[in-house]
Parts: sequence; C-alpha cells; structure tokens
Amino acid sequence: MFTLGPIGFTAPWLLLGLIALPILWILLRAVPPAPIRRRFPGVVLLLGLTDDETQTDKTPWWLLLLRTLAIAAIIIGFAGPVLNPKDQTVGTGPLLILVDGTWADARDWQRRVDRIDTALADAARAGRTVAVVRLTDLPGGDLPFQAADGWRARLASLQPVAWVPEPEAVAEWAANLPTTSFETFWLSDGLARNSRDVLLNALEARGAVTVFENPRAVYGLRPAGFADGEIAVTAVRSRAAELAVLTIIARGLDPTGIERELARAEVEFAEGAVEASVALSLPPELRNRITRFEIAGVRSAGAVTLTDDALKRREVALIAGRDDREGLELLSPLHYLKQALEPTADLIEGDLGDILLASPDVLILADVATLAEGEELPLLEWIAKGGLLLRFAGPRLAGSDVSRAQEDPLMPVRLRAGGRNIGGAMSWGEPKALRAFAEGSPFYGLAIPEDVRVSSQVMAQPDPSLAERVIASLADGTPLVTRKRIGQGQVVLFHVTANAEWSTLPLSGLFVQMLERLAVSTRPAAPEAEDLAGTTWVAEEVLDAFGVVRDAGNLPGVSGELLATAVPSSGMPPGLYAGEDRRIAVNVVGREGALEPSVWPARIAVEGFAVARETALKGWLLALALALLLVDILASLWLAGRLRGPRSAVTGILGVLLLLGSQADAQSDDTAALLATSEMALAHVITGDATVDRVAKAGLVGLSDTLWRRTSIEPGEPISVNLETDELSFFPFLYWPVTPDQPLPSVEAYARLNRYLRGGGMILFDTRDADIARFGAASPNGRKLQQLARPLDIPPLEQVPGDHVLTRTFYLLQDFPGRYASRDVWVEAAPPDAEIVEGMPFRNLNDNVTPVVIGGNDWAAAWATDAQGNRMYPVGRGFAGERQRELAMRFGVNLLMYVLTGNYKSDQVHVPALLDRLGQ
Amino acid sequence: MSTTHAQFRQRAEDLAQPLPHLLAEAEHLAQAVLLGAHGRRRAGMGDEFWQYRPASAGDAVRMIDWRRSARSDTHYVREKEWQAAQSVLVWVDTAQSMDFASDAKLETKAYRAKVLALAISVLLIHGGERVALAALGTPPRSSELQLLRIAQSFADQTPGLDYGVPELRTIPPHSRALMVSDFMGDLAVVELQLGKAVDRGVKGVLYQILDPQEEAFPFDGRTIFESMGKTLSHETLKAGDLRDRYLERLAERKAALADLAREAGWQYACHHTGDSAQSALLWLYGALERRR
Repeated sequence: MFTLGPIGFTAPWLLLGLIALPILWILLRAVPPAPIRRRFPGVVLLLGLTDDETQTDKTPWWLLLLRTLAIAAIIIGFAGPVLNPKDQTVGTGPLLILVDGTWADARDWQRRVDRIDTALADAARAGRTVAVVRLTDLPGGDLPFQAADGWRARLASLQPVAWVPEPEAVAEWAANLPTTSFETFWLSDGLARNSRDVLLNALEARGAVTVFENPRAVYGLRPAGFADGEIAVTAVRSRAAELAVLTIIARGLDPTGIERELARAEVEFAEGAVEASVALSLPPELRNRITRFEIAGVRSAGAVTLTDDALKRREVALIAGRDDREGLELLSPLHYLKQALEPTADLIEGDLGDILLASPDVLILADVATLAEGEELPLLEWIAKGGLLLRFAGPRLAGSDVSRAQEDPLMPVRLRAGGRNIGGAMSWGEPKALRAFAEGSPFYGLAIPEDVRVSSQVMAQPDPSLAERVIASLADGTPLVTRKRIGQGQVVLFHVTANAEWSTLPLSGLFVQMLERLAVSTRPAAPEAEDLAGTTWVAEEVLDAFGVVRDAGNLPGVSGELLATAVPSSGMPPGLYAGEDRRIAVNVVGREGALEPSVWPARIAVEGFAVARETALKGWLLALALALLLVDILASLWLAGRLRGPRSAVTGILGVLLLLGSQADAQSDDTAALLATSEMALAHVITGDATVDRVAKAGLVGLSDTLWRRTSIEPGEPISVNLETDELSFFPFLYWPVTPDQPLPSVEAYARLNRYLRGGGMILFDTRDADIARFGAASPNGRKLQQLARPLDIPPLEQVPGDHVLTRTFYLLQDFPGRYASRDVWVEAAPPDAEIVEGMPFRNLNDNVTPVVIGGNDWAAAWATDAQGNRMYPVGRGFAGERQRELAMRFGVNLLMYVLTGNYKSDQVHVPALLDRLGQ
Repeated sequence: MSTTHAQFRQRAEDLAQPLPHLLAEAEHLAQAVLLGAHGRRRAGMGDEFWQYRPASAGDAVRMIDWRRSARSDTHYVREKEWQAAQSVLVWVDTAQSMDFASDAKLETKAYRAKVLALAISVLLIHGGERVALAALGTPPRSSELQLLRIAQSFADQTPGLDYGVPELRTIPPHSRALMVSDFMGDLAVVELQLGKAVDRGVKGVLYQILDPQEEAFPFDGRTIFESMGKTLSHETLKAGDLRDRYLERLAERKAALADLAREAGWQYACHHTGDSAQSALLWLYGALERRR
C-alpha cells in the first residue's frame, strides 16, 4: 500500500489521473457557458453593440478551479485513500483472538467488539484464518480457525458473561492447546487472575502474544451490610488511581410495585485508595424495599449488588408473662411493643419452644420471671448464636427471686428485691427523667423527650461489672437498660415495664427508636456452609454481565454447598436464590472481594484504546466531489444569468416552499383551534353518515340562531368534530347522534373523551329513535349507544327528575321533546342523600353539571334550519306540532344554559330566602 | 340541420368573443373620462341650444324663433351651439414586436395599444367626433357602428411585420392623428409620415408603448436576443455589460421621437404596460382635446 503521511491508498495507480488535470483545465477554459435564447423586441437597439471584454467567453478561473477540484476529488477518491492504515502490524499465519468475556468486560464491551472487528478486518485483508475464543466459554476440541469474514458476521452475538473463567477449565484448555504455531491477540478485562500465567506461557510457546487492555480502573460493589444501624455500602476498584466520586443508587419496588430509585449516595475514593464506603441511613420501610445497589453509570454486573434477606424485615418473637387480664388491650405488656415493631418487623407469638424452632432474630420477654427448666438451655444456645433476648421488667420480675443472689444467665445484672417506686402517693421524690445516653451506648445520639418519666423500676445490684453493662440510666444514675453479651448474642433488660404502668417511656417515640437501635444491631452474618449443606436453592433473578436484572426463568437449582462458596460461575450465575425460608444473593464481588489489576510481564505488548482507527476516506472524497459539482451547477447558472432575471423568483419561491412545507400542517391545526376558541361554538360528532351529520350541523345552526335571538349566548358557526383527530376541550357541548353503523372511536379517542367529560364537558347522546323504541337495547341505535358509551366514564344515570335544574335554567319545562316526544331523557343520578328541605321547592341536587344527557328525541331534526332559515323537517301536525318544535327549541336553550351556567339556577331558588334573611 | 345551426353559432361566438371584452374594457376606461357634451362654446351648427340673439339684417325669416319673439317687441333668432365634429385618424401598430409581454401578469403592448385606441375612440365618438382607423381605410365616421368596426379590426389576429411601419393614408386635411406604437422600427419612416401629415395641416400625438423589461434590460450572462419574428438576432456573452449602452440608445430614440413631435407641433409620450391604462387614457384625451 502506498502511503502519504497518515493516508494510504489502496489503488495508488489511479493517482496518475491527476496528471490529466492541466489538460482538463485547458479544455474547460475553451468552452464558454451555453447561451440563453430570449425573445426581446428591443434587440433593434442592441444591433451593432459588441462585448467589451473578449475574455468573458472563457470560463472564469474560479469556476475552473472548482471543477478541477471536483475531478481531483473523484480521482483521489477512487484511488482508495485510507486514514491511519494498519498495514504495519499485519502478520501471517493463523490468529487467535482471546476474549476474557467476564463482567469486567461489559463496561466497554462495544469498544472491545469494535477492536475485534478491526483485528478481523486486518486479518481478512491479510487472508489469515482467525479463531475467536471466550475464556468463559471455552470451545471443546481444536481451535475453531476460520476465515475472518465468517467471524465478523457472528461478532454481534459475542456477549460477556457475569462470572469469571474457572481456573481449572482454563488450565486444562491451556494444556490441550494445539501444537501448531499461531499468533494471539488477547483482550484482557484488566483484573488479576491466577489462571492467566499458565495460559500466557502456553500461548507464548505457540507464537507472539499481544494484549489489549483498558487502562482505566474496574469498579465493583460489595454486598451491602449493616453497620451501627445504618447500611454500609462499599465500592472497590482495581487501580488505586486518582480521586474519584461515584454515585451509588439504591433501587427497589415502590408500594405500587414499580421499580424506582429509592436512595442515592456519593462515595468518594481517596487518591490511592482502592476501597471506599458510604453509610446510608434510611427509614426501615424504605430499607426493606431495596432490592439492589448499583454504581450509577457503570454497566457491569460487578457494579450491581443484590440485597437478600440480610436487609429485610426481622423476625421478632414476643412472649408476655401475664395474659390473664383479657380485654384490657392498653394494659397488655405487649401492646406498645407490637405497635412499635409492627411496621418494621415480622412478629411471632407462641410458646417459647415453638418460637425457638422458628429461630427469630429477637426474642422479647415482657415481665417473664422464670422459664421452664428445659427451655433455658436452648435459649442460651440461641443467644450464643447471635440471638437478641430483650427482657422487660414488671411486677412479676420484681416479685420473683430471679437473679437475686446470683446472676441469672438470662439476665444482664443481679436485681435487688422489690424494686422502687418514685413519686407515688406513698413515696418521696419526683418521677425521674432519663440521663443523656453515654458514648458507646447503642442509644448514643438519640434525643430524649422531656416528658419521659420513670416512676417505678427494678433496681440493679451494684456489681463490678455493672458499669459496663449499663447502656441507659436515669437522671440519678440508676440503670434503666442493661446489656450482657453471650457468645455472638446479647441479653438486654429494660428495668421498666413494656407498658405505660411504670413509666411513660413506651408512650414516647424514643421507645421505638431504642427498639430500632437494638433490633437492627442484631443482624445475622452470612449463612454458614453447614447451614446450607444439603439444601437446594432456585434462582429467582439473575444478573447478566451488563448488570441488568433478568427473570431467572427455569434455571436448574443450585446446591447449598455451591451457594455457600458464593462464587458465581456458569452453574450459578449471580442473582437472587430462594430457599425454603429465605433468599440469598450471589453477587459478583463478594463480601471481602477486592479487585486486583492484572500485571503483564514486560515482554508483552499491552495496547490501550488509543489506537487510531483506520478510516476509509473514499466516501467522503466522492461526497466532496458531488458537493463541488452541485456548487458548479449553481455557479454556472449564476454565470449564465439564469439565477437572476425573470425566473429567479420562481427558484427562490421553490426553495422557500421546501422550507415552509413542513410547517403548513401545524398552521392548519392552529387555524382550527382559533376558529373553535374565538367564539363559543356548538359542536357535533361526525358519525360518518352524511345525512345525519348534515342534519346535526343544521340542527346546531338552528339552535345557535335561537340562542342568539333569545338569550345572551351568542354562539359562532357550529363545528363538526372528528373524535380521532380534533381537540375536544374547546367545546362546552357535544351533540352526538347515534347511528347503528358508526365506527367505535379508538382507544386514544376514548381517553380524550373521558378527559373531556372529567374536565366539565357535556355530551348529548341522541339515538333518534324515540318514535319506535324506548330507551335501552331494543333498537340498533340503542345497542350502538351501549357499545359507544361502555368505555366512557359515565356516572349512574336516572330519568330527568321533575326538579332537575334542566327544567328551569331558562324556560320552565317538564318535557324535553325533539322531533319525537318521548319522556325518556336520562341524566346523572342525584346523590342518594338529596332530600327536600322544608320550605324549598326543589331538592339541593348534585353540584356539578351532568356529563351526559341521553335521549332519543332526534332534537337536531327539530332544531334544523337550512341556509335560508327555513325549518328542514316537519314536527308533528298543525299547531300542536309547532308547539312541540317550540318546546324542542326551549329544551335546547335550557340545555345550553345548563351547560354554561351549571347549577346557577338551582342556587337562585334560594335568593328569596337569602333576601328575607338579610331583612329586605 | 341542427349541425349547421350549431356550427354557425359556434363561429359567431368565436368571432364575437374578443369584441365585447375589448369594447367593454375600452368603454369602462372611457367612462371615467367622459365629462359631458363637448360643445365648441360658440354658436354654430349643432343640436344644443346656445342663445337667443336679436335678429339682424341678413337673417333668414325662417331662422326667427317666433315663440321667443312673441314675448317681446324685437325678433329673436335661436342660435344653436356649434358642434362641428373633428376627424381623428388612429394608427395602431400591429407588428409582431408589439406582441410582447415580459411577464404573464402584464398585458402585451399590442393589447394595451388597442385598448387605449379603442377607449379614446369611444370617448371621441361619444363626444361627437369622427374617428377612423388607419388600417381600415374608411373615412372617419362618428357612429357606434364605427366603434364596432374598429374593434372588429383589432380582433384580426394576422401576424404582421416584425416591426411596424406607420401609415396615415386617407387622412383628411386639418384633422387629428394618433399614432400608437413602440416605435422600435425605422424612425425615418415615422419622420416621413409625420412630414406628410404636417403638410396636410394635421396635428396629433405620437404615443410610445414599451414593456417594463424593455425599459430596464434586466439581463445578464451569455444570451442570444431575437426579435419577435426572429428576423433579427444579436448574441452577447455578457448581457449585463450591454445594459448601459442599450439604455443610452433607448433614451436617444425617445429623444429623437420627442424632437420629431416638437418640430411637427405634435405631442409625444411614452407609456409602459406596467403602468395604469387609466392615466394613459387621461393623458391621451387631454392631448387630443387641448389642440381644439
């Protein structure tokens, strides 16, 4: 390939064509632009005039230059110029492209695919065979060496997986590599792995190895855990680079089941640090909803950590010693505990034996003095394994001998006999307040309300160990809450009752906060392998390499032993696994996981992303030539005077039209809106039946005329509305004649109609068949009406009651005839509690306008007038008919008044009473 | 039978079709100018009453107005206003060069010339003058029929010469003449005709009608200009360069025409088809009227 600086040519011989350019120059110079023939009577005056400049019969130099450049661009374009050609690195023989294909690749997978594509393109040009192998999906048998183009077609389906290669498999594959020599191009994910060295040695024995690696750090997120009542989220990175700030997002389902971002926090990597943590303090309700944490903007399974039961609701068992006082709920020792714990914990009640089998996180004993012999030992074992035993004092505990002379193992301190009463009728002193919590106490930092008073308590015996066991005390220094650790667990004693008998503590918010602090700090650690042994777990959700949570489908179950390793593999992709009673998350980055950067020996060439890409310039050059030729056309026209002169206006207008064409539609929409809003206009729905539509429109014209003459409503020209396309909100009133064969509106149109009805619009449905049918499904129009109205948001209906506002908005009416005089006219039903008030002629009916009026009296036909103002249809016979038409008109007037003024007339009824009350 | 009838009818319609339009437009134009009777403001032959004067010696007895004389002691003669009609000969250039309009919205020069000629004829005939069209060769007459004849002759569409040659045949002495043309042809012929007319004591108007494009010459680039009949052509490589010299020549020609008119005691004006025909008619009417 012939190269000039950064540009190479695939067909350099074509460049010889550039020599022909000067010839072209001379040829082009000789040809003047073609003349225009014009009829012009004034030619007489031109005869004998000669052109001043003889040179103008040649093409001007700049036009020549333009054309020459265009030709040159074409020649150079066909010579196949390539920017940054890559022929330096072209090797020979087969090429193995090795991809790690792990989750760490996912963050820049597209760039990797592009790089592979480039390598494949190079190989295709050099005619080399290529094998593309993913370390996470090693092919059995020989290396699949094929033509590079075959691989390029399959490149799109190359995807990373969410786990790392298994070392044994890689080692075995390395050992079984064919002995033929081949070159290797290894796209590394940038993380250290023990299996690399073996494989590298094996590959180097077969030929040169080039490594491609993204120099930027890989980020990962460790599983979230509890630390001091808050959620600790730790992010790790592979390279201790400069300062970096990441955003961590907690996601979960909101109460409606939609996944949302529940919280977000920033985590800052100090310079040189590979680990950074952030503590999230969330309300328990929110915390329980979190399903995963992720690093914003990083597409990789490592940047997502699923949460399991470790962050879920705790199980709290409640046992009360005294349940003889049935029915006195507020005095129950467990009442306040239940109220406090219900929102955040799962409560268990029952026998101690049953409860211990359920292995709760917390066991609360409220005023239970002694336990049965057989129960004490299992309880102690349970505490030692991490259980929290929370005890409350009470009359029973105070009256018993438990932990009196000798410390009971299930009590944190020894107790004095009897306890004490402060501030009672028979004692001195005031009820005591709480002292601020000391540093080191789990309650440290909680604000103490002023009104918390303790009037009775059990007293601790002074012991050498007492001071360290007190975690809360009264103002006079007597212990209020004491704690003792047993194994991994602890026993906590509140020296007051769990109800409000001895203190006001259970009535305060502090009580909830204290329980919160205590219960939260008792989270179980990761499940032990022996717990999981022999169990089978089923994946509920799995993560793909890009960190996207997918439904697991029917993946095979995973044994508990494998789950205990918590290392994702092809057999156990990262995700959420459900067992019998709990769910365990398997995350890419483990609880103690760290990300180590890969280290390559100095002899291996490591390539970053900074490789200049090969760019073919042919298309650009040909496009340039085309553009130049277009300019040439314009310039030639201009030179020949055709851009000016009589037709230039046409050209200009054409150009402007092209620009404006797209705006024409928008303008027509605006025109319709202006027409509909500049005046109040009645509207009817286009049914598709031309006659019905014409009558409907004519009817509205007639009604508009009547309104104009008789009332202060002065409507404009009626408008026909297409439900599918037109905006409805401009019209206060829609007349909808029902025809049996009109199409049902689309879903969007129904959405608009419902919005229209909710927004205060009214539709008058007219089945136009009151002469032959009553209201209902008896006629085709009635059935169609039912179909049409089914998706509409229509309230319960009733026949117009005699005291409906419609009967007196303008005229006093009792019938609503149209062309037919049926009494079946339906409106929104009055509220069931509407009653006639004494002295009032009408009920105080619903406050808003009925959204629909339904009838079949064919009102439009009775209203309709033609262009001359003559009635279009006869109504009835003789004078009675004219009376009926007049009533139809009055109904129209009343209806429109009702639409526009609402229940104003209903309120007017009260005016005499109001005036009377005002003394006038 | 019906076929022949239909054919007749068709032809008649075709024939009549341009006439009413041209006439109507001319009448419409003239209507705005018509001011009333165009009497001579002196006693003479005519229909309108002018004055009673005492009879003097030499007045024939039959000239005495007895009704007036009976009311006084002297005899009176009823005099009429002199309404001697003037003859106007109109020559309209029918050459092909007149058939030019630079824009579809503009009228051709020929159409404008014919409308103006017809309109002035309407005015004159309504004013009692006699009008003749040079191309018809008929003597001047003052009847509505003459108007129809003129209009009919205008409807004749036979293509003429490339450039018009004025001819004022059969012009009565001491009459008026109106020459409407673009005067793009030979000026010598115009001068000759004008000389003949002046010899006969004829006064009149040279009225030049030009297209706006002929006045502006908005051309550029390599162009071949052709006359309407394609007998003349001129090629230029840079039409824009010719503009100044063309305009100069046009101005010279106008000046020559104006000079000719002045020497002959005639009037000269130049009108563009882009301008209003109404103002042109007013000017023409004034020019023909003033000389009376």
